[in-house]
Amino acid sequence: MYVAVKGGERAIENAHRLLAHERRGDRDVPELSLPQISEQLTLGVDRVMTEGSLYDRELAALAIKQARGDMIEAIFLVRAFRATLPRFGATEPVDTGAMQVRRRISSTFKDIPGGQILGPTFDYTHRLLDPQLADGFLPETPATGEASSAATPRVTDILGRDGLIEPSPASDADTPVGDLTREPLSFPADRDLRLQNLARADEGFLLALGYSSQRGYGRNHPFAGEIRFGEVEVGFFAEDAGFAVPLGSIELTECQMVNQFKGSATEAPCFTRGYGLAFGQSERKTMSMALVDRTLRARELGEEVKAPAQDEEFVMSHSDNVQATGFVEHLKLPHYVDFQSELGLLRKLRKEFAEAAEAPSEMKEAAE
Amino acid sequence: MIASVEHNEGMQAQRKAAMAVLAHSDAAAIEQCLEAVALPAHENLRQPENGLVMVRGRIGGDGAPFNLGEATVSRAAVRLSTGEVGFGYTLGRNSRKAQMIALCDAMVQSSEFAATVEAKVLAPLRATVAATRSRKAAETAATRVDFYTMVRGEG
Repeated sequence: MYVAVKGGERAIENAHRLLAHERRGDRDVPELSLPQISEQLTLGVDRVMTEGSLYDRELAALAIKQARGDMIEAIFLVRAFRATLPRFGATEPVDTGAMQVRRRISSTFKDIPGGQILGPTFDYTHRLLDPQLADGFLPETPATGEASSAATPRVTDILGRDGLIEPSPASDADTPVGDLTREPLSFPADRDLRLQNLARADEGFLLALGYSSQRGYGRNHPFAGEIRFGEVEVGFFAEDAGFAVPLGSIELTECQMVNQFKGSATEAPCFTRGYGLAFGQSERKTMSMALVDRTLRARELGEEVKAPAQDEEFVMSHSDNVQATGFVEHLKLPHYVDFQSELGLLRKLRKEFAEAAEAPSEMKEAAE
Repeated sequence: MIASVEHNEGMQAQRKAAMAVLAHSDAAAIEQCLEAVALPAHENLRQPENGLVMVRGRIGGDGAPFNLGEATVSRAAVRLSTGEVGFGYTLGRNSRKAQMIALCDAMVQSSEFAATVEAKVLAPLRATVAATRSRKAAETAATRVDFYTMVRGEG
């Protein structure tokens, strides 16, 4: 039970004023601009867009600045902003096969059409702090190579041609695409809803679940079939124009996990798959997402559900960091009346306990 | 009849190509190009407005669609005094950009302005977009792993 407590207004107002002061920090230090955040804290912006479930670099940068770099607070701000705008509709599904690839690697085949393209990556860095970056470092301009006009087909498409991997579930025009921002979750949930939930899920939560599945809590023996990052065109069927209009492009990361095969008396064995997709360059996120997408398919693939990562209700009900932080942090709100009643009950119990502790000796004496 | 359907399809492809170039361009760059054009009289058919679209992906990249997350979008519609109606849609929250795209879309459909908008606006913007794209492609290509070169180097 919560009660309205009067008298805090002034303290709250001054606390917010102090917050704004602390956010600004030392006023002799130049203020951060939104382009600085957007251009130089790129991956942080990508995470806020992905988990805030809103592709808008400028808004995500503003949210990070306002939240003093607290990512979950920033994600919360972005989610709240979403509610202020009308939704025009849904885009045409993006074609990641036609991505203008900035990075594309496969751990299953050395020689893939289009090649292994490392792009801007932390991989193979030595993870040593670089003192050069502390002050005014200007990096070299990037090396250039001869761009190939060869297509970069998805590795899963190549495997699929020989039937070595299960096909993706076919689209069905009669089945509406599930949207958890419009209808409350119910279980069991279909894969479209699960992927939407995982796409906006907390990266740390998915990382831990994916990791647990690799360590034996749930069946997962994957290969990273392919990870790709780059720009993808977005089209939207505009009713007024009467055709699908181009909206521009967004950056996406896609991960295709190739998992242990299944087969049956009637079906030849083939690899199964897990899928991850996120805004921006979000590699750890999409890899974790693909692992958890696969573990959550346990029911569909007839596997025993015994680990947390396989339990869709557990995963989907606890993956959203805005919901999670709301419930955890609500404990900070005044619970004075609740606590008073607990305190009263505890005092009563302790009094009864003390009386009982004295009483038995008397009773014992009386019995003897 | 068939000729007219073909004409419509051709026009639609042309409009889409123009919209794509404009959507990929900076608002400031479009504005600058438009300064070189004597703009036709026009009115807003739809006041520019910001909103959201739900971006969809496909399960496994090529399967059934799912909702990935939303993106901000700006849209507008204009009508030239000669009747052509243009639509502007773009990612982001720049309603001025949406309005300029709508105006260009209307001009693309006008026999009087199509050539001008192509020469003064679309062509230079297309060149900029292509240059950015090929610069990125060249930078990316330099990070392609060439296993064969390594083997030759050892021999």
